[in-house]
Amino acid sequence: MSEQKRLLLSGDEAIGLAALHAGVKLGAGYPGTPSTEILEYFAELGGKAQWSPNEKVALEVAIGAAFGGARALATMKHVGLNVAADPLFTVAYTGVTAALIIISADDPGLASSQNEQDNRRYAEAAGIPMVEPASSQEAYDFFLAAVELSERWHVPVLYRITTRVCHSKTVVLPREPLANVPPANYIRDVRTRVMIPAYARPAHHQLRNKLKEIAAWNEAGVLNQEVPGSAKLGIITNGVSFMHAREAAPDASILKLGLTYPLPMEKIAQFVHRVDRCVVVEEGDPWLADAIRAHGLKVESKPEMYRFGELNVNRVRRILNRDTSPEPAPKPGKPPQLCEGCSHRVVFEVLRDLDCIVSGDIGCYTLGVLPPFNAMDTCVCMGASLGVGLGLRHTLPPDQARRVVSVIGDSTFVHSGITGLVEMVYNPPATGHLLIILDNGTTAMTGHQEHAGTGRNLLHDPAGKVCFEDLARSLGVKRVHVVDPRPGSDEVAQLIKECLASGEIAVIVARRPCILVAKQIREYEKCGTALTLTEA
Amino acid sequence: MNQQVTNVVIGGLGGQGVLRASDILADVVLRAGYDVKKSELHGMSQRGGSVSSDVRFGAVVHSPMVPAGEADYLLVLTADQVEPNRHVVRSGGIIILPDQVDSAKLLNRKSLNVALLGLLSSYLPLPEELWMATIREQFPEKLHAANEQAFKLGRAARV
Repeated sequence: MSEQKRLLLSGDEAIGLAALHAGVKLGAGYPGTPSTEILEYFAELGGKAQWSPNEKVALEVAIGAAFGGARALATMKHVGLNVAADPLFTVAYTGVTAALIIISADDPGLASSQNEQDNRRYAEAAGIPMVEPASSQEAYDFFLAAVELSERWHVPVLYRITTRVCHSKTVVLPREPLANVPPANYIRDVRTRVMIPAYARPAHHQLRNKLKEIAAWNEAGVLNQEVPGSAKLGIITNGVSFMHAREAAPDASILKLGLTYPLPMEKIAQFVHRVDRCVVVEEGDPWLADAIRAHGLKVESKPEMYRFGELNVNRVRRILNRDTSPEPAPKPGKPPQLCEGCSHRVVFEVLRDLDCIVSGDIGCYTLGVLPPFNAMDTCVCMGASLGVGLGLRHTLPPDQARRVVSVIGDSTFVHSGITGLVEMVYNPPATGHLLIILDNGTTAMTGHQEHAGTGRNLLHDPAGKVCFEDLARSLGVKRVHVVDPRPGSDEVAQLIKECLASGEIAVIVARRPCILVAKQIREYEKCGTALTLTEA
Repeated sequence: MNQQVTNVVIGGLGGQGVLRASDILADVVLRAGYDVKKSELHGMSQRGGSVSSDVRFGAVVHSPMVPAGEADYLLVLTADQVEPNRHVVRSGGIIILPDQVDSAKLLNRKSLNVALLGLLSSYLPLPEELWMATIREQFPEKLHAANEQAFKLGRAARV
């Protein structure tokens, strides 16, 4: 690699490349837009990467690797970090031996998400240093810096990216891979790693001391950038908002923060005092502005209307002009829909015709809410179809309760539907309940990733396989059916009617491969069978 | 302030090759030595909904998104995607529509995206051999002939 080659990479790809160059030994995650391509690209380059059943397990696996002295990476979308929040808050206390980088890919504007939560608050809440790149080059460079930071203070680092950083392709000049990657090696240190109260109390003090040191280091830190400009207007910004701000206000002075927790407050104060007017330009919550104002500094936050959605050059111009007039709404494009020939259509047509109350879940099949199906009543978060459906069953009058059905996809079931199924067995409603698993053999929504139910790993090679019908039977569900939701057959309708009329708990696995990848799945199956033998 | 940046927006529906077209354009301008940024949204758009992709190139490009009213070119793969994207086009900007190339002459109808890139290329100061090299790299060999033919058909369609 003597010749400098300019690469055009997405932010996700730049992180995958950086992980390789940083000597990351293990990457674990759960697919979620806009984070999915990080592990796929890392694996394509030869890195060891795996899909875990959900983000909590992925982070725990990465923590184990980092405890053992191997550099580790955990990837997830913003809502995934909610699932992984339990280990997150305590790994801040335990710290790590080798670097642990936790990617949170936020989705301001909800391009493909159920909310637009701002995960910068997690860094502050958990006490974990946070790094925010603005471009693919920074996504690459800052990752290497984050690895060094993580090992210098033995802390995990929250690496926060947003949709536009993840999915924009920009030019990257890679460096030489990091030298001296430490080998994995277990060193016993129970006071640091076992968080009983007696050990956790001092660990909390130690964490706060580390954060003080990192804040001091950040004052001269290499991850922050100042663009000199006019003293009339100063802009403090982070992430991709920096790019919009440079274009919207080419003459302004800009302080762009790359290590955004803990903040370099002295540096910020000096900048604020140097300019006549200082505006904080940030996507999402007014998190930076609030933190800076809490420090007693006079900065302007954006008007509330810019909390919603992504920023862009035009919106930053409006923020700087204090323009709160209504924004022109672009004509809506064509909304997405369930593919022609998608087997989910068959199930939703039946649920609509039977006037079921459908407790839905997250995936392609959430599109069952739209016409012509109108066959979904609730969708909250991954796995919620079970719990929400059971809650409705327990409390609605019997004539309504009997119409409640929980509908979940295969990958979502693996992610967090299994505990809901345990709940159904343990606390069955008086009217029974019906769970339908729409098993299309892939994580379709995020671009067809494998999961524990497909029997193939991230690289589509044979792996262990969880068989949903066997699992349900082993938990004690008596009525378990597997059906092929063929268009034109009334088999699905008959089964659903039968299960609803039984008054018992029941599971129907509606199994037909996603039409977009059915051919590919057959190819994979030809190449190898799953490691554990289960019925097809 | 930003005169040297060229802004292109490509619009269409999921599955029409919008992202492939913007990948080719971005790669060509990268090879030509420009700074380039390309941006689009993935996810729900894969289910047959509207997709659009921004490509910006010049000496230095800051934001990855084409600001509203600043697109020099809007290229759409289906005519009904002009309206959802019209707000991005600057006054005097050029709109490239699918009926500007004779799709009946395409060796492969799926190459419409490359044909329209050919038409776009007639406006841009980028050498034809860079386009050809990139197209050959982006497609498997069996599709080279169809895509080269589509590109040339589009490039010659400029009236």
